[in-house]
Amino acid sequence: MEYVIIVISAIFVNNIVLSQFLGICPFLGVSKKISTAAGMAGAVTFVMVISTIVTYLIQKMILDKLGIAFMQTITFILVIAALVQLVEIILKKVSPSLYQALGVFLPLITTNCAILGVAIMTIQKDYNLMEGVVFAISTAIGFGLSLVIFAGLREHVDMMNVPKGMKGIPIALVMAGILAMAFMGFSGIV
Amino acid sequence: MSNVKNFTKGFLKENPVFVLLLGMCPTLGVTTSAQNGLGMGLATTFVLVMANLVVSLVKDVIPDKVRIPSFIIIIASFVTVVELSMQAYLPALFESLGLFIPLIVVNCIVLGRAEAFASKNKPLASIIDGLGMGLGFSLALTILGSARELLGSGKIFGFQIFDGSYGMLVFILAPGAFLVLAYLISIVNKLNKA
Repeated sequence: MEYVIIVISAIFVNNIVLSQFLGICPFLGVSKKISTAAGMAGAVTFVMVISTIVTYLIQKMILDKLGIAFMQTITFILVIAALVQLVEIILKKVSPSLYQALGVFLPLITTNCAILGVAIMTIQKDYNLMEGVVFAISTAIGFGLSLVIFAGLREHVDMMNVPKGMKGIPIALVMAGILAMAFMGFSGIV
Repeated sequence: MSNVKNFTKGFLKENPVFVLLLGMCPTLGVTTSAQNGLGMGLATTFVLVMANLVVSLVKDVIPDKVRIPSFIIIIASFVTVVELSMQAYLPALFESLGLFIPLIVVNCIVLGRAEAFASKNKPLASIIDGLGMGLGFSLALTILGSARELLGSGKIFGFQIFDGSYGMLVFILAPGAFLVLAYLISIVNKLNKA
């Protein structure tokens, strides 16, 4: 039951983009087409899960043991940066087709605050490893969901007659605001 | 570029939030009130200035290949400094900014300025650039925070402006952040064109 709550909460109620404001950069940056949005969502899911597992183990086995939890920020960002590189190299060798699909998005992920955010939140919420993994997967799904919906909306709005001053980013933000309002309808479920 | 121009470009012409659209996560996440926005802005300014200074001092020592990871370590160190001092001296602000303090590390403005400016310029110019950009960021966050606080609860910096019964809660909640920012960006676009 606890897992169900984590999943629903992470995907809908506390959606990482629309209610926590993490990962806004890719949300605005790569949401012009549904296909690229889906690619980004895939890459984020992949990295988010791996980085959550690795940072969790590092926190519990190294930082806590040595009593240097204040090094959390530095350690995590380094681990994530290294991990992204590693994933890129491994993916290139093991699965060229997957690399083709996700490749361009991987370097962008290092500066995606959602990844570091989820790693830190897993520690802050005191999840165990399994809960952390479930949390990471569902957060990534929530990210993907909002990204793909938003990309779909933006594809449509490109063809609309938007007032001149609002063209581009402003109208996209207004849509994001309305989308966030829609997602607020989920609040109270959990 | 003269120092004055270098300093003022962050306010309007190259404002990190309204024009460059960098650092959107803290921009939207913490600006529920003017005070939070200002606090976050100043914390980021400190990190920007210090990171710019150190990066421009060590730029000749760092091999080109590992420069990005090195920049990230420098930035992360200063973020930790901010995090620990804020926790010690401003616990209330620390509480309300929460997760976004460690996330200054992944704020694209900081890394962006280190890479685009500090790694190519002298220390003094880098400090000025960091200060200008940081204050521009603070200004943007404060404006956004004030607008949301005013619309949402009728206050600015906690001072009651409108009647106490006034309040459109939606502007303090998530959707308001997107909507207010959308209109502010379109206004700044207009100003920059003029």
